[in-house]
Amino acid sequence: MQSENNTQYAIETKDLSIFYGNFEAVKDVNLKIERQKITAIIGPSGCGKSTLLRAFNRMNDFVVTSSVKGEILMHGTNLYSRDIDPVEVRRRIGMVFQKPNPFPKSIYENISWGARINGFKGNMDDLVEQSLRGAALWEEVKDKLQESAYALSGGQQQRLCIARTIAIQPEIILMDEPASALDPISTLRIEELMQELKKNYTILIVTHNMQQAARVSDYTAMMMLYGETRSGTVIEFDDTKKIFTNPKDKRTEDYVTGRFG
Amino acid sequence: MLRKTFESEIQQLKDDVLMLGSMVEKAVLDSVEALKKRDIKASEKLFLEDQEINKKRFAIENQLMILIATQQPMAHDLRLLASCMEIISELERMGDYAKGIANINIRMGDAPLLKPLIDVPRMAQKGADMLHRSLTAFVNEDIETAKTIPVEDDEVDALYNQVYRELMTFVIQDPTTIERANWLLWVAHNLERFADRVTNICERTVFIVTGEMKEIKSTDDEFWRNQGKGN
Repeated sequence: MQSENNTQYAIETKDLSIFYGNFEAVKDVNLKIERQKITAIIGPSGCGKSTLLRAFNRMNDFVVTSSVKGEILMHGTNLYSRDIDPVEVRRRIGMVFQKPNPFPKSIYENISWGARINGFKGNMDDLVEQSLRGAALWEEVKDKLQESAYALSGGQQQRLCIARTIAIQPEIILMDEPASALDPISTLRIEELMQELKKNYTILIVTHNMQQAARVSDYTAMMMLYGETRSGTVIEFDDTKKIFTNPKDKRTEDYVTGRFG
Repeated sequence: MLRKTFESEIQQLKDDVLMLGSMVEKAVLDSVEALKKRDIKASEKLFLEDQEINKKRFAIENQLMILIATQQPMAHDLRLLASCMEIISELERMGDYAKGIANINIRMGDAPLLKPLIDVPRMAQKGADMLHRSLTAFVNEDIETAKTIPVEDDEVDALYNQVYRELMTFVIQDPTTIERANWLLWVAHNLERFADRVTNICERTVFIVTGEMKEIKSTDDEFWRNQGKGN
């Protein structure tokens, strides 16, 4: 993978289909994800949103029966080429999950661990501080860096996971329902943080919360099951403002107005 | 169906907008009828009725706020609710034109009408009819009708022009008629504006359906350019 930023797109899919065994869970997705923007993936439960998201950093590799057809291109390189190391893919494309999942270690080690494994040679204290500042958590934890991450609140834990992700300096951050387990204030804090993060990173977020997608994202991809195979696909991809005020597809309209789903 | 409650609240909202519209429609026809008959009592009653129109408008506005806050409308629903907010404010102002006409009748006191009213009731009838159909188009989201109604505004403008010219001849012949002519011109002007606002309602209906916010062409601008050119 080269890292020249020579296009406006951070990543794109070409005729991407994802299978679990013979079942085609996601079919023919063609998306171009713009750099340093937030792209939301919405759609009813079971339509393949998370499957698609996980394909971007090859998390689906952990499901033994899964396979992909088509391409995911980053800087012109197919992430599923034989010579690509999935570990390197996951370093370039970080992920934040629905439930905060800090390591059962200190706040400090939660940040330093991944960096050390990835061969970070710089000043670790600085990296920890930068990452925590980047995740808008520094002020709250700077005096208790050696305490267990489990002592933090859910919202703080989620921001710690974001700090842990950005410590490895990825280009893209994938977020799978990052605020669905959090209270409204923590949710807004994460949303505000996302606006800061997009100055440096490209963000892809899966969310069931329509208002959240409308509030935080620049672009929105609407997914749905279709056809006899009941495979998930992107039926509409557009500017978020358009998706929520005047979508082209009747099915998107029905979904965002809550008449279907 | 999902969102049954919201659907029925939207239906209720549309019914309320129609109700407000019919109050305004009645007010404008009654205001001209009272003037025609020089019925001061009827005009005074219109002042009270205008308060009811204002109350109804605020009630709908409140209902809209609650729907926006509780239902988080998107896409078509959002356009509909936002447009209702606009439409009820248009209707309230149209009610004010009727009140303005009632006010003129009261202020005229014992002075007789300068001339029997012929074109002025026509303007009122035409405006009320346009309003009625524009609200039917709104409720049915019928954009074809909504696009054609504004063109009819030209008829109201033509009537206004005619009233204007006629009143000017009175004034030229006998300058002591200026005040009475001015009252009637004011009435005609209110009715002309009344019909203009129907166009705004039609534009909102088109917006609800298509999401496009644009003016529907009428020859109104040309009309105003030609005013005072003695044609």
